[in-house]
Amino acid sequence: MVTRGFFSGRRPPSDTDERIPPGQYLEQGFPVLSAGPTPRVRTEDWSFTLKHGPRPIKSWNWAEFNALPQSKMTRDIHCVTAWTKFNTPWQGVLIDDILADAGIEPPTAFTLAHSFDGYSTNVPTRDLVTGKAMVALLYEGTPITPDHGGPARLLVPHLYFWKSAKWVNGLQFTERDEPGFWELRGYHIYGDPWREQRYSGDP
Amino acid sequence: MSAELEPQSPWQTATIIRIEKRTPRVTSFWFRPSRPFTHLAGQHVDVRLTAPDGYQARRSYSIASAPEAGAGIELAIERLDDGEVSPFFHDVAEVGDEIELRGPLGGHFVWQVSDGGPVLLVGGGSGVVPLMAMVRHRTLRNSAVPVVLMLSARVWDEVIFRDELIALDDRLDGFDLVLTLTREPAKRPADHSRRIDVAMVIEAIERLPKPPALAYVCGSNAFVSAAAQALIDAGVPAGIIRTERYGV
Repeated sequence: MVTRGFFSGRRPPSDTDERIPPGQYLEQGFPVLSAGPTPRVRTEDWSFTLKHGPRPIKSWNWAEFNALPQSKMTRDIHCVTAWTKFNTPWQGVLIDDILADAGIEPPTAFTLAHSFDGYSTNVPTRDLVTGKAMVALLYEGTPITPDHGGPARLLVPHLYFWKSAKWVNGLQFTERDEPGFWELRGYHIYGDPWREQRYSGDP
Repeated sequence: MSAELEPQSPWQTATIIRIEKRTPRVTSFWFRPSRPFTHLAGQHVDVRLTAPDGYQARRSYSIASAPEAGAGIELAIERLDDGEVSPFFHDVAEVGDEIELRGPLGGHFVWQVSDGGPVLLVGGGSGVVPLMAMVRHRTLRNSAVPVVLMLSARVWDEVIFRDELIALDDRLDGFDLVLTLTREPAKRPADHSRRIDVAMVIEAIERLPKPPALAYVCGSNAFVSAAAQALIDAGVPAGIIRTERYGV
């Protein structure tokens, strides 16, 4: 349906069109969104735990986690609120390297990421491994600020950005695909920006 | 928990049935969806505009009207000069125009009278919009749940829904309004003229019969960060504070 009198004034240049998923617009800033207040997590208090169901597999403190092999990842990111930001540079620990340090293969096909503020989000395990995702520690070469999820946030750049849980403190392998915080509140169970899976029920 | 969730509302056409200027920069638009729906106070809709060449722009707007209002969905839209959707509404849209809309959306920043209270609402600028839906919902339900709304604006003339909020405040029915103007002296005796701080939050909470059981903070990111911190410093547990942020 064409809207009477609407002519876009902010079309992206054509050479970047293919990098912008449907319904998104290009944002130069880095908007902040969250369900509650920004937790101030001190690195002295920080820990990260890998679990299979209720059973802890391994935990790392801040120093131990920072000693794991670190990788860089520069990606376009896509927020469900419709902004897309190009070329965001992150550094952190690939989920593959976390699993390797724990000495395990992924035990189930589904994962829930958990955060210090009680937030959670579900991601299929296959979307976390083979270099697709990391626990990010640096953004643009410096520690991630608390409002952007520091000290550490999950980075799953190929899914809508609510899947990249801020203030992450663990990954839990689950037998079933269990919806997380926003997925229980009307957002899509998977969240592929290229298929515009914003809300539950979107194909 | 189950992965089988209710399908969300698909896109539909909606007709603009009323337009009313609220402040120099904010205008309310009432929409009649082709397939009417009932929302919860605090929820939002997504709006989609389509250009002749197929280009689409999509934005989320909080609903200002109460679920019970029944006279269309009110969106109070602030004009952002460098925006591509809000200037369309302010400069082009007329009563009778059709746009596309989907909703209601969002299941976290919501409040119904059955959720109880006391409730502390904190809004900055157009962040008042979803809070207004909650206040109106409370009024239309004749609810006695104690609610205090702390509302920050730059100047008196930019306080969205000002006259309606003051009239509700004057009913003395358990709803309290605290205005603070950041660039003008206060106009009412108990109001303030500074940014929201811990002392102001403590004073607002003292207007409630007991500490808040729920708190909602909405506004720009900078506003929400500062206000939520002021709430925490005033002793409001972080776990009861829900936030909604917009802007960069």
